[in-house]
Amino acid sequence: MADTPYQVTGRQVRTEEPPSVSRVLGDGLKRSIAHVQDYSLLCLESVTNILTGPRYLQDLLAQMDAIGVGSLSIVLLAGFFIGAVMVMHTGSQFSRFGQTALTGDIVAVALVRELGPTISGLLVAGRCASGIASELGSMLVTEQVDAMRAMGTDPSRKLVTPRVVATLLMLPLLTAMADFIGLVGGSVVSVFTLRLDAYQFWSRAIAALDFADIMQGMSKAVFFGFILSTVGCYQGLNVRGGTQGVGRATTQAVVVSSVLILASDVFLTRLALYLSGKFF
Amino acid sequence: MNLSGAVEPAISLEDVHIGFEEGDVLRGVSFEVYPRETLILLGETGTGKTLTLKMAAGLLKPAAGRVRVLGEPISEMPEKEILDVRRKIGFVFQEGALFDSMTVAENVAYRLQEDHLPDEVIEPRVREALRFVELEDAIDRLPSELSGGMRRRVSIARALIDRPPIVLYDSPTAGLDPVTSQTIITLILSLRDLYGVTSLLATHRLQDGFALANFRFNPEVGRVVPLAANPGEERSENGGGTRFLVYREGKVYFEGDQHQILKSGDPYLNRFLI
Repeated sequence: MADTPYQVTGRQVRTEEPPSVSRVLGDGLKRSIAHVQDYSLLCLESVTNILTGPRYLQDLLAQMDAIGVGSLSIVLLAGFFIGAVMVMHTGSQFSRFGQTALTGDIVAVALVRELGPTISGLLVAGRCASGIASELGSMLVTEQVDAMRAMGTDPSRKLVTPRVVATLLMLPLLTAMADFIGLVGGSVVSVFTLRLDAYQFWSRAIAALDFADIMQGMSKAVFFGFILSTVGCYQGLNVRGGTQGVGRATTQAVVVSSVLILASDVFLTRLALYLSGKFF
Repeated sequence: MNLSGAVEPAISLEDVHIGFEEGDVLRGVSFEVYPRETLILLGETGTGKTLTLKMAAGLLKPAAGRVRVLGEPISEMPEKEILDVRRKIGFVFQEGALFDSMTVAENVAYRLQEDHLPDEVIEPRVREALRFVELEDAIDRLPSELSGGMRRRVSIARALIDRPPIVLYDSPTAGLDPVTSQTIITLILSLRDLYGVTSLLATHRLQDGFALANFRFNPEVGRVVPLAANPGEERSENGGGTRFLVYREGKVYFEGDQHQILKSGDPYLNRFLI
C-alpha cells in the first residue's frame, strides 16, 4: 500500500488576482526573452552539431533535393520576370535621357547585389520555412518527435541540422540561378522593347559587376538561408495547440522569416558597402 | 542487485512533482517498479499517467523529486547522456507515434539503422519483430494505410526490436474495439513472458490490468493460459508479478495487487471496476 492509501488532500485552489498592466507587460517581456533565448540555442545547436557526430548525410541530401531542386522552378520564373520588369522600368527612365545602353549596368547590379538574394530568400521562405514548420509541427503534435527522442535520437541533429545546412548550401546556388535568369529576362525585354543589341546588354552587365557585388549577393543568400531555416525549425518544434497550432506556426514561420530577411538586409547591405570599400 | 543484496528497482520515482502554468499535475508521487515486474498505472484522464511515463523515459524532467531508471538518475542527467539510457527503454505511444513518411519496415528498423547495422542483420530482425505482432504482410505499407490497432502493433514491434529490458505502454488499448484490445494485451503478455521485460503500463481500463495479472503466455502451447489457481500466487513465466497503482488528484491513491483492489470497497476504486 502507499503511505497514504485512500487519502487525498484537496487540490490547491489558486486565488487569481486581476492582472495589472505592469504584470501583463512583464509577462509578455519574459515570454519574448524566453523565445529569443530558445531560438538562439536552437541556432547554436544547429551549427555545433555539424562539428560532432552523428551526422545524417541521407537526410541532408533529401533536404537539399526538397529545398534546392524543389524551389528551382519558382525561383527561376520569379527571376526571369523580375529581370524583365526591371528593364521596362529602368529603360523607360533612361530613354528620357537617351541612355538606354546603361540598362544592362543597373539591372545587373540591382539583381546581383539585392534583388536576386532577397527575392530568392523570400520565395524560399514562403515555400520552405512554411514546409519545415508544418512538417516538424505535425511530427511534434503526433508525438513523432518524442518517439524519436525515446529511441535515442537527438531531434536537433536529425531534423534541424540537415534542414539548416541544406538551406545554407542551396540558397546561394538558387540565387546565382535567379541572377542569371533575371539577366536573361532583362536581355529579352531590352532587345524587343528598347531595341538594344543583346551583346551590348550582356557586355555592359558583366562589366558593371565586380567581385564585391557577387560576394555581397552570395553572403546575403547564406544569411537569409540561415534565417528562414532556423525560424521554420523553431516555429515547428514549438507548436502549441494541436493542428490549429501547426497552422499558426506555419504562418508565423513565413511572416517572421520574411520580416527578418528584409530587416537584416538593411544591416547586411550597410555592412557589405562598408567592407567593400576596404577589402574587395 | 546492490551491495546489501537487495534488488534495485528498474524504475523509481521519489517525491516527484510536475505540472504546467495552470498548476501541478503530480504532487509528490513515489513508487518503484522492480525487474520483470508489471506495474499497471490507473487513473482518469489528466491525472498524469502519460507524464509519468515520459518522465520514466527521460522525455520530461520533474519540477522536483528524482527519477531513476536502471540505476541512472535520469532526472538529473543532461539530454545527451539520457539518449544512451533511452536505448534500453521501449516506449509504446498512445497513438503509435509511427513516422508517417516511413514504411512499416523502416519504422521498425529505425533504431537498428541508427546504430548503422548492415541490412543483412536488420532485415531478419525486422521480420522477426513483425512476425511477433503478426504483421509481416504489412512490411511495405505506410502507417496511413494501417488501422489503429495495426499501428499499435507496429509500435510494439518497434519498441521490442532492440530487446529493451524495460517497456513503457501509454494507454495501448485506448480507443480500440474489444477484440483488438485483447490482441494488444496478448502481445504485451507475450513480450513480458517470452523476453522478461519490466513493464509500466498506463491505462484507464482495469480489465487490461486484470488480464495481465491473471494470465500468462505459454510458449509450449503458443497461447495465453490462466496464471494460478490460488489468489496471491500469481507470477508470470519469468517470475514477475503484477501490481496496481492508482492516481487521484496528483497523488498515489492506491498501491497494491488485484485482490486488494477488489476487496477495498473504496467508491473511487469501484469506478474502475464497472
